[in-house]
Amino acid sequence: MKETIQFRLNGKPTKLAVDSDRMLLWVLRTDLSLTGAKYSCGEGFCGACTVIVNREAVRSCQTPVKTIKGKDIITIEGLAKDGVLHPLQQAFVKHDAMQCGFCTSGMILTAYALLLKNPRPTLKQIIDGMDDNLCRCGSHTRVLQAIQTAAEGMKGAVKR
Amino acid sequence: MKKDANPDIVVDKAGAASSLSRREFLKVVGGGIFIFVTYGEELAFEEPARSQAARPSLPTDFNAFLRIGEDGRVTCFTGKIEQGQGAITALPQMLAEELEVPLSSVDIVLGDTDLCPWDAGTFGSQTIRSFGPALRGAAAEAREVLKELAAEKLNVPIDRLQAKDGAIFDKTRPQTRATYAELAQGKKIERHLTQKPALKTPAELKVMGQPQPRRDALKKVTGEAHYAGDLRLPGMLYARILRPPAHGAKLKDLDTSAAEKISGARVIRDGDLIAVLHEFPDEAERAMTLIKAQYDLPDATLDDKNIFDHLIKAAPEGRTVAQGGNLEEGAKLAAVSFDETYLNSYVAHATIETHTALVSVEGDKATAWASSQAPFGVRDEVAQAAGISAQNVHVISPFIGGGFGGKTRNTQAGQAARLSKTTGKPVQVTWSRADEFFNDTFRPAAVLKIKSGISNSGQIVFWDYEVLFAGERSSQQFYNIPHHRTVVRGEWGGGRGGGAPSAHPFSVGAWRAPASNSNTFARESQIDIMAAKAGMDPVEFRLMNLNNGRMQRIIKAAAEKFGWTPAKAPSGRGWGVASADYQGTYLTTMAEVAVDKAAGAVQVKRVVCAQDMGIAVNPEGATLQIEGCITMGLGYALTEEVHFKGREVKDLNFDTYQLPRFSWLPKIEAVLLDSPEVAISGGGEPPIITMGAVVANAIFDATGARLYQLPMTPERIKAALK
Repeated sequence: MKETIQFRLNGKPTKLAVDSDRMLLWVLRTDLSLTGAKYSCGEGFCGACTVIVNREAVRSCQTPVKTIKGKDIITIEGLAKDGVLHPLQQAFVKHDAMQCGFCTSGMILTAYALLLKNPRPTLKQIIDGMDDNLCRCGSHTRVLQAIQTAAEGMKGAVKR
Repeated sequence: MKKDANPDIVVDKAGAASSLSRREFLKVVGGGIFIFVTYGEELAFEEPARSQAARPSLPTDFNAFLRIGEDGRVTCFTGKIEQGQGAITALPQMLAEELEVPLSSVDIVLGDTDLCPWDAGTFGSQTIRSFGPALRGAAAEAREVLKELAAEKLNVPIDRLQAKDGAIFDKTRPQTRATYAELAQGKKIERHLTQKPALKTPAELKVMGQPQPRRDALKKVTGEAHYAGDLRLPGMLYARILRPPAHGAKLKDLDTSAAEKISGARVIRDGDLIAVLHEFPDEAERAMTLIKAQYDLPDATLDDKNIFDHLIKAAPEGRTVAQGGNLEEGAKLAAVSFDETYLNSYVAHATIETHTALVSVEGDKATAWASSQAPFGVRDEVAQAAGISAQNVHVISPFIGGGFGGKTRNTQAGQAARLSKTTGKPVQVTWSRADEFFNDTFRPAAVLKIKSGISNSGQIVFWDYEVLFAGERSSQQFYNIPHHRTVVRGEWGGGRGGGAPSAHPFSVGAWRAPASNSNTFARESQIDIMAAKAGMDPVEFRLMNLNNGRMQRIIKAAAEKFGWTPAKAPSGRGWGVASADYQGTYLTTMAEVAVDKAAGAVQVKRVVCAQDMGIAVNPEGATLQIEGCITMGLGYALTEEVHFKGREVKDLNFDTYQLPRFSWLPKIEAVLLDSPEVAISGGGEPPIITMGAVVANAIFDATGARLYQLPMTPERIKAALK
């Protein structure tokens, strides 16, 4: 059903007339031209489409836009603030924590939500939190290092 | 849409006219100094005949060039692409090194068919190994040209001049200098590399061999890296393609009425191509689910269990790829003989990005952006599909979300071209995950038979190896065996030797390090079996059976890092070793595993990989590739296997097809050794090829159970333990 949906997108109030049964992934990628969230498996198995909805990492390919009314959405495009990379982004660059880069947005945002909940995770907690995000190039070792570095750098404070 | 949205990959003049003669070509790319290079490349890849035939379109007597622009910036134009393996960083390093410019002033244009000379594609670890030396030669030649120009401009004898930091200066009066920008100003100089200029010696290298961060990292962490599916053109439509239930299925009835009731949906049937198009991709997908199609299924009885018997029966006559001595003599020398058969399964490329292409056909011209390892193949595919000349097709390569050999065919680009031509609009085709599994060119299943023997002292005396359907690469022996023969029966894909592709129920093709994963699993398992029978430590057994100092050195380097201490397997420690020579890159991998015997589950706890690739151009990149290969290799070792029945592919998403995960991760340690005296070889593939054998050998060491089939699933491990 077409309706007008309001939410905050990367900090900005956003209003959109859209069929509210459509999935957030496609609305972001087409209606809103934010292509950082990727389509890969389409069924929630891989995490490439991950975005943040009210501080939780969600699979946007499985999230109808009617469920985000009034909520706060963060995509990879909104993570840097005033041109300054988020500590997680900086750490991913520092550790070369990507190869092809197709899973990277989802990895960073899943880690972001993880650190919101648990700012000082153990390695085991990071692995558990990231386990449902798939990477084919095998950048896993670097991704874990990057998350650890970011967590240490933020000293317990996860900032936007 | 800005066509230069991705300046690391696509730069200026991207809208330039196609069908360039040499003169026009130079006009298009602007002023400066140009060096054209030709390099030979082994087409150890499918359909070489077609690739060669496709070649004469751009200026044909070179296949890469570099330009020193009037602004002093250096640009390398090559048909290679960046799929995550780091060429975007290593190639500029090689260029900066020989040309004496800061790395920051080097640009690289990859995979643009209007700007870059023809290239077969990016595969087989060729980028550094084959293209690298040619690029370095071109840079060295450019340096000499600049010196000639400087000699004239500065009125200084050429032998007094030296290049450094993007300028030429007089060694006796360093303030007498000219920058490359000044020297290139107003020039249009064309040079062809005919002889090999002297390259720097390994001791002289300053940029190569130094770790460098990825040039594409910033874009990839901010969402600004654009892949084919991220590109938008005004008026474009998104397409989903109807997938049959099985290969060889024949459509007998089609009802698209419900799909066409979706507002804005358009169904197109063009021969065997049935697509739904919509201005929103998800609406195209929804409409696709409403299509009712009835098929006649092929009469097929093969499945993932009986396939190996079938392959043995279907294998064509063999081709001897290596032999020495006399096998009968060898058999007489053997105190103990072995006769083993190893099996390897079909595996999928399963790149996180599915095949995607955006094509805009306008009259007799087309522009295409595709996730492809072979941009010039895309050009030909689009030209054929749209019925236009290849000269009129401009292919621009965006970032590619993983390839591994799976993005060398360009079917999706042809589909997009046909649909664009029909609709008169730009069309983006994105394969669904199920399409991706179904249409994949899987790594071929293989049967590997080895008969071998050892003397009383543990010397390998004969080796009789038959490779069925895996392919030739890495099948040759590097151990010191007096009597040996290697016969290859049935190639993968459409490669040389013809093979029998119809033996497979679906398409097969190159998968990261083609043939080598299967061959290395068989060889290094057999070596371990013989070592155990001889009562020897598997590392000592290998060292004793080698007379190749470079290989012995890399085994010792791995052993030292791992802390290997000699013991006869099974020692209960769960330690394994495997060595390989992949296209000149030598490596040895050691692993430690823990086996839960009740569950049949394996946890790989530690992996050490020592690798000698001549010189690692970017050691950071090489280390990243080692980690990536080891992690990816855990999949084909432990879980990855395409299930099928008849010609229906059963695995269509990541729920049943299990990729390696964070929780599987071993501690990975890489050791890089240089051998400056040998040619530089590639690193994007080698470390994956030892993963089957090193885990199998470690499982044997842990439990005494020998696994002869990959992947080593819990069921197979439990069966082997019985």
